Amino acid sequence: MPQTITEKILAAHTGRETVVPGELINVRIDMALANDITAPIAIDLFEKSRVGSVFDQERIALVPDHFVPNKDVRSAIQVQTMRTFARKYNIKNFFELGEMGIEHVLLPEQGLVLPGDVVIGADSHTCTYGALGAFATGVGSTDIAAAMITGEAWFKVPESIKFIYHGQPGKWVTGKDLILYTIGDIGVDGATYKAMEFTGDAIKNLPLADRMTMANMAIEAGGKNGIISPDETTLDYIKPRAKRPFECYTSDPDALYADVRTYDVSGIEPQVAFPFLPENARNISEVGTVLIDQVVIGSCTNGRIEDLRLAAGILEGRTIDKNMRLIIVPATPTIYRQAMTEGLLEVFLSAKGIVSPPTCGPCLGGFMGILGPGERAVATTNRNFVGRMGHTSSEVYLANPAVAAASAVLGRIGSPEEL
Amino acid sequence: MKIEGRVWKFGNNIDTDVIIPAPYLVTSDMEELGRHCMEGVDAEFAEKVRSGDIIVAGKNFGCGSSREHAPMAIKGAGISCVIAEGFARIFFRNAFNMGLSIFESPGVFQGIEEGDRISINQDMGEIMDHTNGKRFSASPIPSFMQELVEAGGLMSYILNKRRA
Repeated sequence: MPQTITEKILAAHTGRETVVPGELINVRIDMALANDITAPIAIDLFEKSRVGSVFDQERIALVPDHFVPNKDVRSAIQVQTMRTFARKYNIKNFFELGEMGIEHVLLPEQGLVLPGDVVIGADSHTCTYGALGAFATGVGSTDIAAAMITGEAWFKVPESIKFIYHGQPGKWVTGKDLILYTIGDIGVDGATYKAMEFTGDAIKNLPLADRMTMANMAIEAGGKNGIISPDETTLDYIKPRAKRPFECYTSDPDALYADVRTYDVSGIEPQVAFPFLPENARNISEVGTVLIDQVVIGSCTNGRIEDLRLAAGILEGRTIDKNMRLIIVPATPTIYRQAMTEGLLEVFLSAKGIVSPPTCGPCLGGFMGILGPGERAVATTNRNFVGRMGHTSSEVYLANPAVAAASAVLGRIGSPEEL
Repeated sequence: MKIEGRVWKFGNNIDTDVIIPAPYLVTSDMEELGRHCMEGVDAEFAEKVRSGDIIVAGKNFGCGSSREHAPMAIKGAGISCVIAEGFARIFFRNAFNMGLSIFESPGVFQGIEEGDRISINQDMGEIMDHTNGKRFSASPIPSFMQELVEAGGLMSYILNKRRA
């Protein structure tokens, strides 16, 4: 029976040849992830169960990244809970400040998630790892508590939607623009319960960082997972990092899809998603005059070294508008160091930006750049919901790092072409 | 089992950031979370809501983050169940796993008004609006998820299985 990559990975993790969309299955987990917001609930449930040991000390990742460096006493207590638990049960992948980075950038960087894996995370952007050819999906804290005991999770096998991208993207068009365009096309619930499979020659030519940005935002269309078949680009990234065997799967040519959508990327402009939903994507040429107060470049969506290079390329030799605040968040210590070595931090500081330690803080309105009443931000993050980055009357506009950097210089939303 | 209560209405795409804004994610205390429930859309909601009230919403309820604090805040505010045209998948999963009653029922958003008294007969999958006399049917719950509910949530379910 022909199968999609998602179906093949799920079948392999249930010890079966095939699975069918709609089936409820119990799946073996390669990695279970939680952060400082979601882990405390999972830990509490785990301890109440009195089971007393985890299924595998190497296949649990605890990453305190949301409110870290701790913003207040209560967030410090949440990380203490994780730290104590990690020591008690000898969890190998607990990341202390200094090694900690934004989870969905950190785990691939550390080789902890690999092609063919099933990964669950108590964080909705866990779907990022689909860019490596893994089945990765966000779940809740209770799922993580259960998985820490059993090493398994239950799933309904999703139907897949195939997205085919072909053509040559324009100079400032990135993975962020392709996914915002796609979400604009299908809507924030356009892929609810479904696997989003990204294919086509434009994906084949897309750097891995951009692929991760695309898979990362599958959840913003309601998707269960985003997934891209591994190729040479994937293996170039994975091979030096992998410390265990992995399997590469691809969809059969005659696999069944709930829908197939085709895009010519040469016709896609840089996109800006207007408040208050990621589906409100507009072409940069159709934005009009939108004055802004702050720009944030970072997050699990666009906080990789490639993103920082793109922003620095725009900011080099320029200073941001005098009414502007620019916050750059390298996603991991490794990326931070690399940005330093390459002279990118110098560029950001000379442009009158500021560089934050790795944290999810500003993206979810936690800390490190909260917006006041009526303020507007351009962010390379993933959500622009009401109050997402601060006051309920503040506004977030989602864009790629080049558009974000150009907007910081212009003081309004604008294209790098305008500089 | 029958649930009966007064309706509060919300629209489409009610996301987890408005259900429980991020600044409150420094606690797992259900009652405390409940005091900030829906603060992103209605700052006074937690004061107005009474124990046993019901939320009726449009499509894609609970979209966004995986925070289990969202169903916890709704439960903590005293809401007895949520009925929506549709749910985002992580919220749907979390609600079953942690024991918040939710029902999918096409047509409820148009057919039920805020303040109406409604009842849900869970066994029959029937929703009755006692204010306007309209009836709606809830989409059937998959049998595995029914088992989860009967076991008292995912943790009880897997622990029961381990003991068996």
